[in-house]
Amino acid sequence: MSDVRESALPAQSPPVERAETAKVDAPAKLSWWRGDGGEGVKRNLGLLATLVVLVVIGILTRPDLYGDPNWVWGNTLTILKLASVVGVVTVGMTFVIIGGGIDLSVGAIVALAGVWCTTVATQSYGAGGMIFTALTVGLAVGVVNGLLVSYGRLVPFIATLAMLVAARGLAAEISDKQTQVSGNTFINGIASTNVLGIPLLVYILVAVVAAGWVLLNRTTFGRRTVAVGGNPEAARLAGINVRRHTVLLYALSGLCCGIAAVMLTAQATSAQAAMANLYELDAIAAAIIGGTLLSGGRGTIIGSLLGVIIFSTITNLFAINNLSAEAQNMVKGGIIVAAVLVQQVQFGSLTQFLARNRATTT
Amino acid sequence: MSDTGKPLVEAPADAVAGEVVLRLTDVVKTFPGVRALDGVQLEVRAGEVHCLLGQNGAGKSTLIKVLAGVHRPDSGEVVWRGEPASFANPQAAMRAGIATIYQELDLVDDLSVAENAFLGHEPRRFGFVRRGHMARRTRQILARLGHPEIPPGRLVRHLPAAGKQIVSMARALSHEARLIIMDEPSAVLAHDEVANLFRIIRELTAQGIAVIYISHRLEEIREIGDRVTVLKDGRTTAASLPARETPTRDLVARMTGRTIEYVFPQRPADHGGGAELLRVDGLTRPGEFADVSLRVRAGEIVGIAGLVGSGRSELLETIFGARRAHAGTVRVNGRTLRPGSVGAAVRAGMGMAPEERKSQALLLGEPIYRNVTLATFGRYARLGFTDAGQERAEADRIAESLELRPRDVRRPVRTLSGGNQQKVVVGRWLLGDTRLLLLDEPTRGVDVGARAELYQVIRDLAARGVGVLLVSSEVPEVLGLADRVLVMREGRVVREAPAGELDENTVLDLVMAGSLMEGAPA
Repeated sequence: MSDVRESALPAQSPPVERAETAKVDAPAKLSWWRGDGGEGVKRNLGLLATLVVLVVIGILTRPDLYGDPNWVWGNTLTILKLASVVGVVTVGMTFVIIGGGIDLSVGAIVALAGVWCTTVATQSYGAGGMIFTALTVGLAVGVVNGLLVSYGRLVPFIATLAMLVAARGLAAEISDKQTQVSGNTFINGIASTNVLGIPLLVYILVAVVAAGWVLLNRTTFGRRTVAVGGNPEAARLAGINVRRHTVLLYALSGLCCGIAAVMLTAQATSAQAAMANLYELDAIAAAIIGGTLLSGGRGTIIGSLLGVIIFSTITNLFAINNLSAEAQNMVKGGIIVAAVLVQQVQFGSLTQFLARNRATTT
Repeated sequence: MSDTGKPLVEAPADAVAGEVVLRLTDVVKTFPGVRALDGVQLEVRAGEVHCLLGQNGAGKSTLIKVLAGVHRPDSGEVVWRGEPASFANPQAAMRAGIATIYQELDLVDDLSVAENAFLGHEPRRFGFVRRGHMARRTRQILARLGHPEIPPGRLVRHLPAAGKQIVSMARALSHEARLIIMDEPSAVLAHDEVANLFRIIRELTAQGIAVIYISHRLEEIREIGDRVTVLKDGRTTAASLPARETPTRDLVARMTGRTIEYVFPQRPADHGGGAELLRVDGLTRPGEFADVSLRVRAGEIVGIAGLVGSGRSELLETIFGARRAHAGTVRVNGRTLRPGSVGAAVRAGMGMAPEERKSQALLLGEPIYRNVTLATFGRYARLGFTDAGQERAEADRIAESLELRPRDVRRPVRTLSGGNQQKVVVGRWLLGDTRLLLLDEPTRGVDVGARAELYQVIRDLAARGVGVLLVSSEVPEVLGLADRVLVMREGRVVREAPAGELDENTVLDLVMAGSLMEGAPA
């Protein structure tokens, strides 16, 4: 349809072409904040709708609580605070997945960075030294992941699985399996400080998300990420250094883990080797719910953020109804499956999807 | 060998040559925003080769998918062997006796040849696959296809493109097909393999099996076809024309809606005066090509003729740095390039349109403009921040000059036809200061009209001083477009001469020497 040649017989040319030509003559101006992905925007509206449904469920089950506007505001902040640490990790994870990889070691990196920055020696350098240590440890482990994947040619799943085990081991070694209490009031204050009534942790999440959005949508780094994940061979043949970029992606994920380590240490006023357990699963699930394609090449930061918030809203919903964490995990699992199903249906029409399923079962 | 062997497939007992097996009346299929089929008529008889002709986007692929049970028509009638038919899924179509060989081969890379041939209908006993039996039958089918050298146990991943095609054919034959649909089967085949393919097709039709054959190459349709149906904009513009007698001009007119001359642009009178741009000396990759030396001057189009497997694509990729040379040097403007570095080649002013457009060159889901600027978006960026507005403007300019259709550069590349996708890939290198363009099969899967445009684009580039190194399986294309021609065989350059001094037969002889040809067309 798209390659219709100019016709010498105007009577035969269908009116559809004319409409297309007309559209080309006046290309619509895009507003600065909008990307080119109409698809992504539509998806995110779906996530927002999901969020609204969850809130409505909250209102229906606990009308007594939702009657109090102060409680609603406080509860909203609780949800966001709950989302902040995993949210920061998820931003890094989203980059890695869009770039065609996966990082299973994020939870372990958070733990290692947290433990390393709370050793007696590190704490002696003060808050600056602790933050620097956490970020450097996260970045360094990320670089090692990246080198293993791109130059060592290990499958990302294997490389980061190995790192998961090794980093937790190192964290346990450093801490001697003890909980290391943070005596630094500045660090601990990160979790307890409110600015204009909003927790500092939420500001950090917003800042990281904003930086991630700009990085993905407005910089050459972001463009390379999409290219490398979408079609590595095409990216390579266009002169993009795919290996170097892969290292940078894992480094970015590691750096996000470093930031998350500081936040989590501040929240607990301590660090230990078992902290941030299973964060990798939460982050991957949030990214996938947010519409990031596991095969790479497509995804949005906003979608991932909404994914994290949906998860923490569910957690909150169960908490305010005094329900068990086990039931909560079952619901989360169901939501992951539902999200992937929605993703598949979006690729083709519903009927095609069903036809395909019938075909595979017969 | 085919005369003495058993028939390729058991002829369906009730197949009567000449009887109408398939009739489509007013078939319509719409997708959101596109009327892909808009009243298709088609009549196929047992024992005939029915050719389907049409430009990219004319609806051929959709039509095939309707017949194969992938899509269901919105309206219209499909009569299969005298009864109205609607196939719920590909399995249903296959059970009814319709086998399809797609252009994009639908093989599972990590299964063996035999497992692919019998995928979905493995011979089994008590729930266990009869592996030995399956391998034997696969070996028989492959032998009858003229390729007994392909081991049934080999993973499909390790086969070359032509070999994969044979496996696809074997799959069709493993079903008791009464109608075999072939979507551009010759596109990935070398010349002698096309002759083999035609031999197989003739044997099939002799047994009353109908074949729907799709190809962009008119000469093939003349050779193998019985009747031709032409599609344009999802409509049948001519049904069941005699394949041999209908004049080319008529066919092209019905395909495009106007008469066009299928010609190559004029060569400039004073070609070859430019400075030496590319100098390749003794380039070698063991098993692929050896001791290749060549020069490309500014403004010159150098063509490489050779079969699939002659090492031509590998040579191009090595010059571009996508493969690392074992020995030899690549110099651009006198400076030796770092081997195995695409970045170095691009910085030196080289660009390449690779052989496999979709898998090697495009981000299919991304907008056109981002594909056009894939190699250059860094140029429009400031401090690492991209400038989408300027990128779109530049891509618009390229789209304009290449007559890209549709012109809207924000549409996903996926929605473009093959010819227009190729324009995007070539256009990518027109943005930077590319002085040397490597083109690998630039017109594969591109229809006649878009081909002529691409030829003009390439010639215009040369006129502006760009050096072009072109690889093509189609000898007339190399001879018609290039100023100088290198003939490659088995990894070596066997002849180098100005295009004017060679003719098609000479080149074919050189290309084929030593290879076994059966029933070779000139």
